[in-house]
Amino acid sequence: MRYAETGYNLEIDLSRGNIERVETDPKETELYLGGLGTNAKLLWDRVPPEVEPFSPDNLLIFSAGLLCGTPATGCNRTIVTTISPQTELMAFSMMGGFWAPELKHAGYDKVVLRGKSPDLVYIWINNDKVEIRDASHLKGKGAIETAQLIQEELKEPRAQVAAIGLAGENRVYFASIEQGRSSASRQGLGAVMGDKGVKAIAVRGTRDINVAQPDEYMELCNEVLEYIKWRNENPIPGVMPILAGLGSPQEMKVHDEKWHTENFMWGNSRVRRKGFWNQEIAKEWMDTMESLRTRLISCYNCPMRCGATITPPGAPTYMMKCFSKLTYTMAAFSDLEFGLGIAQSATEYGVDGFSAPQVMAFGLELLENGILTDDDFPGMPEDNEGRFYWLLERIVRREGIGDVLANGTYWAAREIGNGAEEYAHNNIKKHEQLPLKLSMLNPIYFLMYCTGEKINITQIEGQFPQMPYPKREHREAFVKDWFQVPDEKFKQYFLDWEPRGENSIPYYPTPEMCCDIVDWQERMHYIDDALGMCAGLSSFPLKPPYHIHNYPKFISAGAGIDMDEDLLTQAIRRYRTLVRANNIRRGMRRKDERPPEDHWKKRFPELEQKLLDTYYQFKGWNKDGIPTQESLHDLGLDYVYEEFEKRGVYSDNGPDHGESSSDATSAGKEKEG
Amino acid sequence: MGEKNKKIVKTIKVNADECNGCRACEVICSAFHAEPKYSSNNPARSRIRVVRDPLRDIYVPVYAGEYAPAECMGRDKYVIDGKEYEECAFCRASCPSRDIFKEPDSGLPLKCDMCEGEDEPLCVKWCITDALTYEEREEEVEEQPEQDDLEMGLDALTNKYGMDKIIETLARMSEAKQG
Ligand code: SF4
Ligand code: SF4
Ligand code: SF4
Repeated sequence: MRYAETGYNLEIDLSRGNIERVETDPKETELYLGGLGTNAKLLWDRVPPEVEPFSPDNLLIFSAGLLCGTPATGCNRTIVTTISPQTELMAFSMMGGFWAPELKHAGYDKVVLRGKSPDLVYIWINNDKVEIRDASHLKGKGAIETAQLIQEELKEPRAQVAAIGLAGENRVYFASIEQGRSSASRQGLGAVMGDKGVKAIAVRGTRDINVAQPDEYMELCNEVLEYIKWRNENPIPGVMPILAGLGSPQEMKVHDEKWHTENFMWGNSRVRRKGFWNQEIAKEWMDTMESLRTRLISCYNCPMRCGATITPPGAPTYMMKCFSKLTYTMAAFSDLEFGLGIAQSATEYGVDGFSAPQVMAFGLELLENGILTDDDFPGMPEDNEGRFYWLLERIVRREGIGDVLANGTYWAAREIGNGAEEYAHNNIKKHEQLPLKLSMLNPIYFLMYCTGEKINITQIEGQFPQMPYPKREHREAFVKDWFQVPDEKFKQYFLDWEPRGENSIPYYPTPEMCCDIVDWQERMHYIDDALGMCAGLSSFPLKPPYHIHNYPKFISAGAGIDMDEDLLTQAIRRYRTLVRANNIRRGMRRKDERPPEDHWKKRFPELEQKLLDTYYQFKGWNKDGIPTQESLHDLGLDYVYEEFEKRGVYSDNGPDHGESSSDATSAGKEKEG
Repeated sequence: MGEKNKKIVKTIKVNADECNGCRACEVICSAFHAEPKYSSNNPARSRIRVVRDPLRDIYVPVYAGEYAPAECMGRDKYVIDGKEYEECAFCRASCPSRDIFKEPDSGLPLKCDMCEGEDEPLCVKWCITDALTYEEREEEVEEQPEQDDLEMGLDALTNKYGMDKIIETLARMSEAKQG
């Protein structure tokens, strides 16, 4: 018997209309856990670098995490993996909600889509019965609308539906997959789904999910729930409200937006508005939120209520989460009512709430600066808000300038030319980043921005305070009950971290300490992504209920795999390296690992190179960021080394020990690749 | 008529306004009733079910009550605060008209037993947002014999197959066991 996982994947060949239930190898679970880990392995085995994102040979994998659907609170993530049309690298966005547990109850760990359907279809998984059904009547429908229509037509209100909107159908490079109160948004997974001709996947399951050691497992679950209760009653003092508690940032609950509105950038990630937040605005925004918000809602098996149902005037209800609350508002220099309103359309169309507003603001900035002209925006309204709605329509329909912008700022800028590149200023690896521009280089964040393979800072940061506390006594108080640290040394790093003077950024924490800190932060995200745990209860907040000390027990008692901290750390390193191996094979190198040029005003080129060198070495990667033969061997990934050798990976950007290549050669390489 | 007796009345107060739709109550209920205990979970077997339609703001946690051999003569449909609830939304019966409160494999009826043996109903314990709270009070009542799980299951089987068939089958099974 398989525990926690079902041991079966659904393999669906859309070109041939073929559906297969395939038993998986339990050895793979031991080595790569599940979720992201086994997704990375599937991609490595089956999607060589020649395969383009919109090729029928690209895979689109929907995976439940290893522990999804067990009673572990908040373990509900679906990890969606493919090759991104925007970055042309491995994309692995996650969505919360209710879909992954339902898939497990239906009897599957993953749905692996390959090929392309000639006509628009949806997939209906009802326990053993799996069908590919016609979706021509759903063409052009909104993502939420689609979910409702499918539930009605199947007469199954309990079916969980992941769907794309018009943006996905039209292969917008930042199209999302929407599901319940959640979405897999980053890096254009929705575009690949649209390219495959799949409008939605509906799933309903009524099977048991088993755990290996019931009493032990339940005790662990109860401890976590108790701790959540305690943490909810005891927020962390001295940090901004969204960092004080658990859950993904409680944007639907928290009214005080001073920090975001005054520290994040407005427009096309350009303008910082110090002093923006005043009593009048606070009141106005609170009234807006209170009148549009119907209820705070949670994902499956979680009490945290990070989302909300929102009903803008004259528009249908939708479910909203996190920071999209502010992204449209701030991109358009508008107010909360506008932001919550346009987010309704954006959710139905299915676009990423980080990229979409920035792309629109970027387009308007090009117009203001004469790089684009009025002729490119025929019929666009005069008023600011109207312009954003107009642009959204053009983008999701790929009409006129919208067709160009639909590829995201990086590709749009290249197509437009004429100096437009300078306006696509907030990207890493071709992907739009949070609108943040800061003053002094932070060495921890530098490494995370450069090397985070999810290419989104919120998907690598967490655990460690973002800033030093002003006084030593505060720091001492903080470390007192900080049992989540993997090692006592982390407490010392934090205790000695000062806002000013010798022990302050950018030279403290030292590169060696930064390696430890970043590695710990990243490790937690990688566990979550394999187990299907919400980052909001684990990798993202300070002092979370899940950590490196109880996770091995969860895996042992839940999945019946013997696990301890070392074995777990080794497994994470293994599939983390495999993610990198996929990207290295696709041409990613050191030259790609850098933050947006203007992310910090004060930069330290020498220190930055030293940080990267030290971190690469710490990770077992060579100077170009490629995992070395030795480290691959230690992880049992000799097959990766062999493939690298065969493809000449080590020599294609200079030898193993070589300098990182200059930009001139890298641009040339990009064309070939 | 039973005789007068002291009895603890156990009440779970459902504050639907506080429900966030997470279904943790379904998870823990089904895990608690698994054989062996906690060895599996499956909301389809839960004795509490959350009728949930977020876009219409409908959240109704309903407890499995008595087994009903036949469906009602009529149905009810509520509209509260302008929200129309699905037919029978508030009904607790395990009834032939719908698939909730039945074991997914056997179709046998399920009934909330207040987590017999636990200090507190587990759905309440796991609902830390306080949509469910637990109250106990003592009351003088006329004792009614409680229908237990076994009796309820047999009752359902009898209705489905007829008493003769059940007796026949039981006799055959016990013979097979002894033989
Ligand atoms: S913490 Fe929030 S985002 Fe995470 S599972 Fe719970 S409700 Fe969902
Ligand atoms: S656990 Fe509580 S909040 Fe969650 S669905 Fe059940 S009743 Fe609602
Ligand atoms: S009280 Fe116990 S048996 Fe009844 S619904 Fe709640 S968890 Fe299930």
